[in-house]
Amino acid sequence: MTDPSEAILQVRDLVKHYPLTQGIIFRKHVGAVQAVDGVSFDLNRGETLGIVGESGCGKSTVAKMLVNLEQPTSGQILYKGDDISKLSGRALRAVRRNIQMVFQDPYTSLNPRMTVGDIIGEPYDIHPEVAPKGSRRAKVQELLDVVGLNPEYINRYPHQFSGGQRQRIGIARGLALRPEIIVADEPVSALDVSVQAQVVNLLERLQDEFGLSYAFIAHDLSVVRHISDRVAVMYLGRLAELGTDTEIYDHPTHPYTQALLSAVPVPDPEAREGRARIILSGDVPSPADPPSGCRFRTRCWKAQARCAAEVPQLAVPEHLVGAGGPVEHPSACFFAEDMAAAGHSAP
Amino acid sequence: MAALLEVRDLQVEFRTRDGIAKAVNGVTYSVDAGETLAVLGESGSGKSVTAQAVMGILDSPPGFVTGGEIVFQGKDLLKMGAEERRKTRGDKMAMIFQDALSSLNPVLSVGYQLGEMFRVHRGASKKDARAKAVELMERVRIPAAKARVDDYPHQFSGGMRQRIMIAMALALDPDLIIADEPTTALDVTVQAQVMDLLAELQRETNMGLILITHDLGVVADVADKIAVMYAGRIVEAASVHDIYRAPAHPYTRGLLDSIPRLDLKGQELYAIKGLPPNLLAIPPGCAFNPRCPRARSVCRTDRPPVYDVTDDAGRPLEPPRGSACHFWKEQLHDRPV
Repeated sequence: MTDPSEAILQVRDLVKHYPLTQGIIFRKHVGAVQAVDGVSFDLNRGETLGIVGESGCGKSTVAKMLVNLEQPTSGQILYKGDDISKLSGRALRAVRRNIQMVFQDPYTSLNPRMTVGDIIGEPYDIHPEVAPKGSRRAKVQELLDVVGLNPEYINRYPHQFSGGQRQRIGIARGLALRPEIIVADEPVSALDVSVQAQVVNLLERLQDEFGLSYAFIAHDLSVVRHISDRVAVMYLGRLAELGTDTEIYDHPTHPYTQALLSAVPVPDPEAREGRARIILSGDVPSPADPPSGCRFRTRCWKAQARCAAEVPQLAVPEHLVGAGGPVEHPSACFFAEDMAAAGHSAP
Repeated sequence: MAALLEVRDLQVEFRTRDGIAKAVNGVTYSVDAGETLAVLGESGSGKSVTAQAVMGILDSPPGFVTGGEIVFQGKDLLKMGAEERRKTRGDKMAMIFQDALSSLNPVLSVGYQLGEMFRVHRGASKKDARAKAVELMERVRIPAAKARVDDYPHQFSGGMRQRIMIAMALALDPDLIIADEPTTALDVTVQAQVMDLLAELQRETNMGLILITHDLGVVADVADKIAVMYAGRIVEAASVHDIYRAPAHPYTRGLLDSIPRLDLKGQELYAIKGLPPNLLAIPPGCAFNPRCPRARSVCRTDRPPVYDVTDDAGRPLEPPRGSACHFWKEQLHDRPV
């Protein structure tokens, strides 16, 4: 299913700074919120890339830039070799058709005054070449069927549906233009546990059926592991670690990933005694004034002078090159090590 | 020993324009001092409404308690006068809400809001109240409490705001705390901090804790016993170890199975089919029957009582277990449908 040689989307040094201004008439720049600050990754054809991180780490800003809802401050997003932030007019429209988004909140992302048929069919108004006017209704009904809703619901309004059903409508809208890539920003976070599983299954089935590539953004680490082929961990606007699901979940080498994973409650009461947990102290620093060097150093138990002076790059750490196995994957830490293998436990 | 809090056969309904919604339909549970009871359920299951009825903060109208007893330290709260009940609330029982930002008053400093507890309930002077507020903030480990006591809620991060909510609940050393989804709005690393803090404070003060949540992971981490709610009723009640080892109700089984698991990666997740019922039209018989893989004709007609779950010899279990399923025995042994 996954062909790693073919990257459908390449993200290079992506930066998004939101300027902070002062004054009303003479707006002075007094700094910037560094929401995303140098993020690079590839999305391969047919794969699911999970992006995890806590609120404020910039994962949603990355999602918005991927679908060109936000313009990057610098850096590139290459779709089949073209930088989407430089495109305009017809070329941009063609790219946008192929990269669609599914939003987090099914309650606010659907217009309450439009019928389901109008919501799902609206993309065809902008891209009439996909579906000529006469065939739209049939297409929308087909989409409803694909996402597991009754095609007869086409004239209903969003309030007549439950949360899970609304998310299916959002997914149907995302599929309308037959995109190659779907960027899903927390698509199941707002749903109840029993309904969440239904939507995750639907997303996986659609991927197989249509050969979609997913950028799946979420903070629920167990859902991300279930659905992802590769996982990127973000912290304060930068990538901390990137690897396959086994590399990240079973052999995390970045201290932040280790802390994040250890904080996830395990649904097994037998496991609660003797579980080594890393409780991070303090809060995430403000992205308007991030720490120098490694951004995680203010909360890291391994931090040393070097961490404040130099920025660790996302690459296989020097001392792990040639280590072989799942430990050898990109991790932005000078002191990266596999905690399980080294037998260390955090303080 | 009598339990700290005993809820018996509680009934709550909401009288709406569209009809009467039976939000809570005969809920019975109890909590002892020092014990943590987790009430688990999806949205609309009645878990928060039960808590609101216990606290006496139900929006009325449209909500009405129509039956049952809420016995707290030997006294039925529902028979108390308004003034006595008000004194119990805050003093002996307190609540932590999900969304700290909307539960704190944005135009008053946190120190003022914390101190209010002492001024109103204890008649403390302004100065004493302020000193107590600082003390509380230190107790929930807010750094630089003295400097931050005059800050406003928006100046704190989400995790810190939730600590302030906890501080407020703890202010008068209550015997019972009800925490309604206290960490749902928080990130996992902060959630771990807050849950740790709650557990530690509970050990110190030996208070009873009712934890309302939908997160099966959090429950497994902290609870002593669990009550699983569905459509206004408790469908299963058991100790945390028993329930995760072998659930005795198909709904609990379904919830546990829909958690993504490592060894099942690449396969479909188990999903409970269908949707939770509309409370205006709860299905007859067992409310779960339209979604249940074990449903038979009796489930569509007869409402199952809460059966005592017994061992193979028919002896009651210790701690006791209950399941509102006609076929709890089959479910407990996971016999094929």
